[in-house]
Parts: sequence; structure tokens; C-alpha cells
Amino acid sequence: MLLEKAACSDRKNMAASLFRRVSQLKVYRRKIHSHSLSCAVFRHRWMKRLPVVSGSFRMFSTHTDKQETLDLSKFPADKIRNFCIIAHIDHGKSTLADRLLEMTGAIAKTEKNKQVLDKLQVERERGITVKAQTASLFYSHQGEQYLLNLIDTPGHVDFSYEVSRSISACQGVLLIVDANQGIQAQTVANFYLAFEAQLTIIPILNKIDLKNADPKRVESQIEKVFDIPRDDCIRISAKHGTNVEMVLQAVVNRIPPPAVSSDDPFRALVFDSNFDHYRGVVANIAVFGGRVRKGDKIVSAHLGKTYEVNEIGLLRPDEHPTQRLYAGQVGYIIAGMKDVKEAQIGDTLYLQEQPVKALPGFKPAKAMVFAGMYPMDQSEYPGLRSAIERLTLNDSSVTVQKDSSLALGAGWRLGFLGLLHMEVFNQRLEQEYNASVIVTAPTVPYKAVLSSAKLIKEHGSEEITIVNPAQFPDRSVVSEYLEPMVLGTILAPDAYTGKIMALCSNRRAIQKNMVYIDDQRVMMKYLFPLNEIVVDFYDLLKSLSSGYASFDYENAGYQAADLIKMDILLNGRSVEELITIVHRDRAYNTGKAMCERLKDSIPRQMFEIAVQAAIGSKIIARETIKAYRKNVLAKCYGGDITRKMKLLKRQAEGKKKMRRIGNVEVPKDAFINVLKRKDK
Amino acid sequence: MIRQTFPGVRRALPAALRFLSGGETFGDEPECADLTKEASLYVHWPYCLRRCSYCNFNKYIPRENNSHVMTDCLQRETETLLQLSQISSITSVFFGGGTPSLAHPSTIAAILETVSRQVKLPASAEVTLEVNPTPMGMSKLEDFCRAGVNRLSIGVQSLQDNDLGVLGRDHTSHQALEVIEEAQRLCPGRVSVDVMFGRPRQSVESWEKELSDLLRVCDDHVSLYQLTLERGTQLFKQVQQGEVTVPAEDVMAEMYQCARRTLQQNGFLQYEVSNFARNNAVSHHNMSYWRGKQYIGVGPGAHGRFVPLGDGGVVREARTQTLEPDVWIHEVQQRGHGTRRKIQLCHLQLLEEVLVMGMRMTQGINHNHWALFSPQMNLQEVFGTTSDVHQLLQKGYLILDDRGLRCSWDGLVLLDSMLPALLLELETQIQQRPQRNHSADGQTQTANSQCE
Repeated sequence: MLLEKAACSDRKNMAASLFRRVSQLKVYRRKIHSHSLSCAVFRHRWMKRLPVVSGSFRMFSTHTDKQETLDLSKFPADKIRNFCIIAHIDHGKSTLADRLLEMTGAIAKTEKNKQVLDKLQVERERGITVKAQTASLFYSHQGEQYLLNLIDTPGHVDFSYEVSRSISACQGVLLIVDANQGIQAQTVANFYLAFEAQLTIIPILNKIDLKNADPKRVESQIEKVFDIPRDDCIRISAKHGTNVEMVLQAVVNRIPPPAVSSDDPFRALVFDSNFDHYRGVVANIAVFGGRVRKGDKIVSAHLGKTYEVNEIGLLRPDEHPTQRLYAGQVGYIIAGMKDVKEAQIGDTLYLQEQPVKALPGFKPAKAMVFAGMYPMDQSEYPGLRSAIERLTLNDSSVTVQKDSSLALGAGWRLGFLGLLHMEVFNQRLEQEYNASVIVTAPTVPYKAVLSSAKLIKEHGSEEITIVNPAQFPDRSVVSEYLEPMVLGTILAPDAYTGKIMALCSNRRAIQKNMVYIDDQRVMMKYLFPLNEIVVDFYDLLKSLSSGYASFDYENAGYQAADLIKMDILLNGRSVEELITIVHRDRAYNTGKAMCERLKDSIPRQMFEIAVQAAIGSKIIARETIKAYRKNVLAKCYGGDITRKMKLLKRQAEGKKKMRRIGNVEVPKDAFINVLKRKDK
Repeated sequence: MIRQTFPGVRRALPAALRFLSGGETFGDEPECADLTKEASLYVHWPYCLRRCSYCNFNKYIPRENNSHVMTDCLQRETETLLQLSQISSITSVFFGGGTPSLAHPSTIAAILETVSRQVKLPASAEVTLEVNPTPMGMSKLEDFCRAGVNRLSIGVQSLQDNDLGVLGRDHTSHQALEVIEEAQRLCPGRVSVDVMFGRPRQSVESWEKELSDLLRVCDDHVSLYQLTLERGTQLFKQVQQGEVTVPAEDVMAEMYQCARRTLQQNGFLQYEVSNFARNNAVSHHNMSYWRGKQYIGVGPGAHGRFVPLGDGGVVREARTQTLEPDVWIHEVQQRGHGTRRKIQLCHLQLLEEVLVMGMRMTQGINHNHWALFSPQMNLQEVFGTTSDVHQLLQKGYLILDDRGLRCSWDGLVLLDSMLPALLLELETQIQQRPQRNHSADGQTQTANSQCE
């Protein structure tokens, strides 16, 4: 059945007047593709792990080289459109991408085409896109062949770094809004990214097939919030394919072609890179001028290193080798780079004999949320290390720093762009590498402005960043402390406004703005200390608004804050791994909560244990774990002591793993309970 | 000085035994001869008339009268296991259950005869029977004593009729008092009463009152048990569902301490966590458990610890008999015994049991006693060096002196908090040091005595 469909869409391609030999080639491709699609869920692992499969891919590549006929010179810049799709989570961008791929014959039309571009298991599970994916589409419009390059982007702000990378290779965006839910927080954030990049924005109302869809209301929201005429909106149902053809037409008609020329010297922007175990770095590039072909000697502007092009091609969305790539086109390049660091995202590539000025690159992603990661058991350390290494190969925005905790052993302090980024990373670690990890509660990078000349000299600058609370400098050597701020956007039905405002003010947030985007929905902007939203803010917001509120944030620099270092003491001894930096106003609540959690997770011992939170020498919270008054089994065993022996032996084993703070034995579980993020 | 006693012990080993272990890298040395020459005997009668709400012991409500078969099988298994152990004398016998007072006195007599036919059973040997204080149990007491029982342990549990109902007991407090009286007539000075604290709705005050009532009528031995909620019992379910509440941990602790004080004031010496005796009326049978002596367990689900010399064994085994009476009967009929599981105890495991059991006694473990099991390392060497133990000694919970190692009055209540530290130390010390070469008796064991 799959073959029949392949043949059917193949006829369509022939009608689209491509060369006969090309279409024969396509049938062949299609078979393989269908096959791999039917196992799509596992594909990611396969491609990474199984040399046999990878080998056959390579065989296939050489095979096509011989028959290479796809002449990309037929697509000058004015026949090219580069665009991406941006949307709030679950508004349907990946589904629309599937339809576009099907309609242009890039993939066979089957029931299984669910979010083809979402390759990672975590993406499919969460319905979000983590890594931007690229697909080139051939589309025939009014007798002309067009090459449409689609870049599927992540929806969440944590990945806005990826979004902005994608946007830099585009001239237009499809802004998808759920016709039922209307504009959401990330719709706003993504709109501004595209707007600031001066891209053409095509608003698309998706899910018009839903019973509660209210496209009219959403169109007026778009008009009000984004100042885009309502008539510009296209109403579609990506699920059913309704009006998707109109989207393709709009891409051709409204989005301008890239302003580049094939006659210029070759230069290309590296906007993404992947690491393939067998072929090294596969870099995604947008050609901003000239042409490049296999065998060319190219130079990386960033490192000045020269490479020979081994393979170039289009992503459709799988790699499709070609002889050349021309100005305006988007594709991949393999040039013997062995390390992802060699394919720096934002780097410019040019021909060795024709040096050019580098394109403006990207600001490196800055980690805003830090968390410790430790193996459940120290014996799993090497396994976890290689898992983290492999994952960070494909996600250069994660910063990795070795760390060790007296309680949790050797591990790492990882920096993420945001909370979702951290969660996705963690989930990928568990799913793709089968590693079980302890993740500590996230912290944010604070700064301190030093006042002591000696310390300034020591650190080499007046302002230092503090990631590890144990290194928090004393008030006496600091003129002020700074904390990272974010500008948060909350959209919610107005019935929840009161509750949301209370929550925000409780989180030290300052309201910046509040507008009604229609007669029921309110958009509020707040300036938050990042620390106040990293742990449970989003969950609380969701639950107090019955799931209706959406939230997004962007970084908003640093602000002076009254920060203090809080110690947790067990019988008067400070526990290093529990030192916390808090805002003075929050110290009592935080300290009390930590003491309570510790009290619940440290077992009673032979003596009383005082669990205290302290600022300097001042105790601000205390819990007491009472001593055992009796701990002996008053029972006769009738000679059966096996069970008792087993229990005692287990306790003796457990003792080995306890961390001792003075005379107090603290089980690892207690640290995990206190340090770990709360389970939702 | 202690170590000097050791070669003598070794020399007493039978030549055959030494041959068995000589030169082998066996890791575990044969148990010394004194220990393997004798054992105590536990006989399990698995049947009860009804199920007590707190009990998860191995007991069954009999469907039919099979006491003949049971008697035959208990005798047969006794024979087999005595043979296997190669011991020359039984030091004490304990009939437990279930409700062994449901058995016919002739069954008790038959088993005792079986024992004395095979090995020495001194006339002075303690023979205890657990008795349910019902009128029926009382009527048989005299016959039991005629059959050879010379000590009676009476399951009074409570003197409150309400509580007896909640616990599912089949007797009243009045009946219990009558049985105590009759038992004292038959075995003066050798009657024990079992009482239970931590019962549902019990208060410290009511417990204190109950205890003083009991002290007025009881003989010279009291066993105190804390009610423990065992999974799978009716009481456990009731507490889980909130129908019944048991006293809080701290109240339990208070009850225990209060009982210890009251009993002491009345001349009862605590000699073990749960056991108190006046006029030196200690239970010899239980003492031999706590001293790490050999014991043979006969009957469904019974446990034993002995060296099966008859099978050529040289190390002590932990043996468990098959649980279900019907299956057990079948097995005994087929092959003479119903041993379901036997696990060889390595040197460390044996010492762990000696430690855990020994520390339950107020006298603890004395140096000679320890040397019987660990001739290579004395108590001081094992426990005297670490800061963990040192701290316990300093706080006065533990005492290590020229008598041996034991808990203080305050320490005994916290024994289970101290045992993990002691076990850890024992393991470290034993595994760190290869067993020494003992040229004195020609043994060349150097292997580390590690488990498994």
C-alpha cells in the first residue's frame, strides 16, 4: 500500500515536469523513506547507533552521486523562498509542516506522518520541537518551479536562541495561532523575534475545524496586538489539510526572495550543526552568495581553518546529496570537521581563494538556569559522563562544569537557557541514554560588584558571577549584589487576573503593562527576578488558572538586590551543599521550608538533632528531630532471626552511604529530597 | 591472655574434622568441638484453635484430628536431625507454636522419649511448654508435667478482658489467673507469664496498673512483648484503615521503661531485652539462643542452627523446615525430615548472629564467650578502635571492659540503633584481616573469611 501511494505521488512529481531520471530516482528513495517512516519512533536511535543502517545510508549516497541530476542551478534566488514557522506550543506548527512536506511530495502521504520533523523522542512526547529542522520543498506555482526552504523552529522561549538562528536564514515566517486558544504568551515572544528581524509575517489561524474555534475573535486579537490587518490571516486546518495550498501560495507571493546573487563570491552562514558518529560534523548552512560544490576548499572565518567539501545537499528533510548549492539555498555540508566546535553556529564559510567579510554572527547563548546533575550511584558516573558529552555535542547551548558534592558525589553543574531546556535535556538523557540522574533544584547566576581592590585584582574584574552558592562573597567586600531579571508575559482570561496579580506580587514582580487583547483576555507584563520563577512558578500559574494562563519570558538584564547567604545547620554544623543564596525577604520562608523537608527525611537518631536555617550567626528557622527514646525490638524470635539479621545488615550497609555532619548521619535521600526539584 | 586459651580449644578438635578442613582454602573454620557436642531443641506445634488478630506466626487451624500423624512425624524428624547433628546431649527442650498445649500430653512424652533414646537428656534439663490459659489447657497441665514438662510459659498477654477480645485471644483474664495458680502448683518457681504492651487504646497508667496486678500473682519469670503490627494480620489492616489506633512511639517507649522500673523494684532482674527473672529463674532455653549455642528446630517452619556433622558438614548451617504442616508431614514421611532450606553461615555471618543475639542480654558478650567463636580477634580488637563505637562508649550506652561488651541500662533501649554500627565494624575488621596462621595446631588457613 505504501508503494502504491509512493507511485501515485510520484506521478504528481512527473507532472511537475521534473526530469524522468530524477523521478525514477525518487521512487527508489521513496521506498526507503516509507520504510524508515514506519519505524520513525526508533529512527533517531538507529541513526546514531547502528553502523549497519548508517552504512547503508552511505552506500546510498554514493549511489545517487553517480546519477546526480538534480540541477539546483535551475533555482536562482528569485525562485527561492526561505521561511520558518513560529507558534506557541501545540498550536500546530509541526502538523502544518507535515502537510507542507506531503503536498510538495517531500514525503509520502500516510497516516503515520505525524510531526515528521520532530525527530527526538522527547519532541514527539511533549509535542514540542527542540532542535530546529530544515526541509527543502519543490513547489510549482503558476507554471514556475520554486524551491521553498522550511525551517521548523522550537516553540518555547528557552529555545528562542534556536528560533533566532533559524530566523536569520529566513525572509518570512508563518505565525500560527490556534483559532480556539487565540494568542498565547509564546505567540507574542515569537512575533517580536520575527518583527525585530524585519521578516514578512504571515498570520495563520489553525484548527478552524474545532468546534470551539473562533477565528474572528483571534483575527481581531492579531490586529490589536500585532497590528496586522485581519484580512492578511489565512484560516486553515493543518490536520485536515484545509487551505494549506493557500499557505504555499502565500509563501511564494508574500515572502520576498533572498537578496543574494550567485555571481558574488561564495559565503554561507552556519545556522545549525549536528554531530554524526561516522561522518563527523554535519553543518546546516544558508548560502548568502555565490555557489559551492563538492571538492571545493572552504575556510571557516571563525577558526581560519581550511576544509575540503566532501558532501553537500538538500534536506528534504533527510539528507539528499547534490553537486552544488547556490546563493539563496539552504542545505547541509560535510567537510571533515571532527568536532562541533569547528562548526561554530553563526560562523561564516567562504572559498579559500575568495576570502570575504564574515556575516554578522550570533550572540552566544547564555545559560540562565543552573542545576547540579549527579549519577544515582557513583558507579554510573562514567556512563553518565559520556551520555552528557554526547548530548551536548548536539546542543551547544548547554554549559557543562564539573562539580562535586560531599553528599551526592562527583557530578556536574549544567547551565541551561531556561527551565524547559533543562527538563528536555534531562528527559533526553534518561530516554536516549538510559541514565538515571539526580537533578538538584535550579539556581540562577547572581553577580556581585566587588568593593575591595584586592579582590578585584584577584578576579580580574569588578563584577563577578556567582554560580556556586558556597562561593558567595561576603557583604563586607561587596558594594552591591545583582540578580538576573526577566520580563514575563502572561496571557489569561480576565477571571484569573486577581489571582495572577497576587501570585506575581508574592514573587517580587513589578507590573509593567496590562492590556485587554479582546473582551475577555488580558495580557500582563511583569518584571520578575528570574530566581522567583525557576522552580514552581509556572506550575502554580497553570493550576490557579485551571490551565488557561500561558507564560513566557525574556531576559531583562540584572538588578541590584538584597541578597544574603543562608546556611543550614545540623546540630550547629553548616552543611555545605545546602548553602543557599536568597533574597532577604524570602529567607524566612525558604529556610523554614528547607528545615521542614530535612526534618521529614532525616531518620531519628540516638540523640536530638536541631535543624536550623541561619543568616550569619542569626537563626531564622528551626525544626527538631527528637531522639529515639526506644529502639529495640521487644520480641522473641523462636529461633528465627533471619529477618531481623537482614534488616540490621541493610541498615549497616545504608550507614556506609550516609553523609556525616558532625555526629549526625544524613542519608543521601535526605539531600535528594531537599535539593531536588519538587515532583509535580 | 584470652588468645592463649585458643590453641587449647583447637587441639580439642577431633582428628577427622581437622582432616576435612585441613589445607582447604575454605575460608570458614570448623566450629569448635564444645559447641558442636550439644544443642537445644525447639519443637513447633503448628495448630491453633483460632487466629489472634496480631499474630503472623506459622500456625494453622486444623481441619481434622491428625495428632497421631503429627506425633509420628515430629518424632521422626527429631530422630533424623539429632542423627544429622551428631550431638551427644540436648540441654533444653521448648515446645512452642501455634498452641502446643493443644497437643496431647502423650505427644510430648513421645518426643522426649525419642530424644532420650538417642542422646543424653539430663533429668535436670529444662523442658518448657507454651500454654494458652484456657480451661482446656489447664485440665491437661498435670499430664504435661507427668510427660516430662518442667517449665510452663503462659500466654496471659493481658489482664483486661476487653483487650483480650481485640487481640482475638480465646481466654478471659480470670481463666488466666486460674491457670497461673495451677501452673505454680505443678512447677513452683518455673512458671513464666507473657504479657504484651502497646495494645490498642492502652495508656501508660493502665499498663502500670495491669503490671502491678500481674506482679501480685505471677511466679518468678516475666516476658514482656511489645505489640508489633505485622503485615497481613487483621490488626494491621484495622490500624491501616483507622479503625484501631495503637500508642505512639514515645508512649510505647514510656511503657517499656515503666515496666523495666516496676519489675526491677519488685525484684525481677532484666536479663534480656524482653525477659525478667526473680530468684535466678531465667529461661535456659532462650539463654542458649542468645549465647549463640546450637539449636535444632523440629516441626513445620521451625528454625535451627547447627553443624550437620552427620553429613560431613563442618560449618554451622541456618536451617528452616517446610512451612505448611501437610507438606511438611509428607516430606518427613518420605525422607525423614522436612528441611526446606539450609544456608551455610560463613565466619562473619556466624559472628554477626553471635553479636546481635548476645547484645540482647544485659550481661552482653563476655570475652570467653566471644573467643569461642572468634579466637583470632578479641572484642577489644574488633570494637575497641573506631570512633563510632568510642562515641557510644563515651556516651555510656555501651560498655567494653574486662568482662566483655554489653549495653548499659540506658543503652539497651537503643540497641537497634547501635547494632548497625557494631555490625559494620565487625565486617570491616573481619574482612580487613586475613585469618592468622596458626602453626600451633598445624592449620594453614590464610584465606579471608568473606561471605559468598
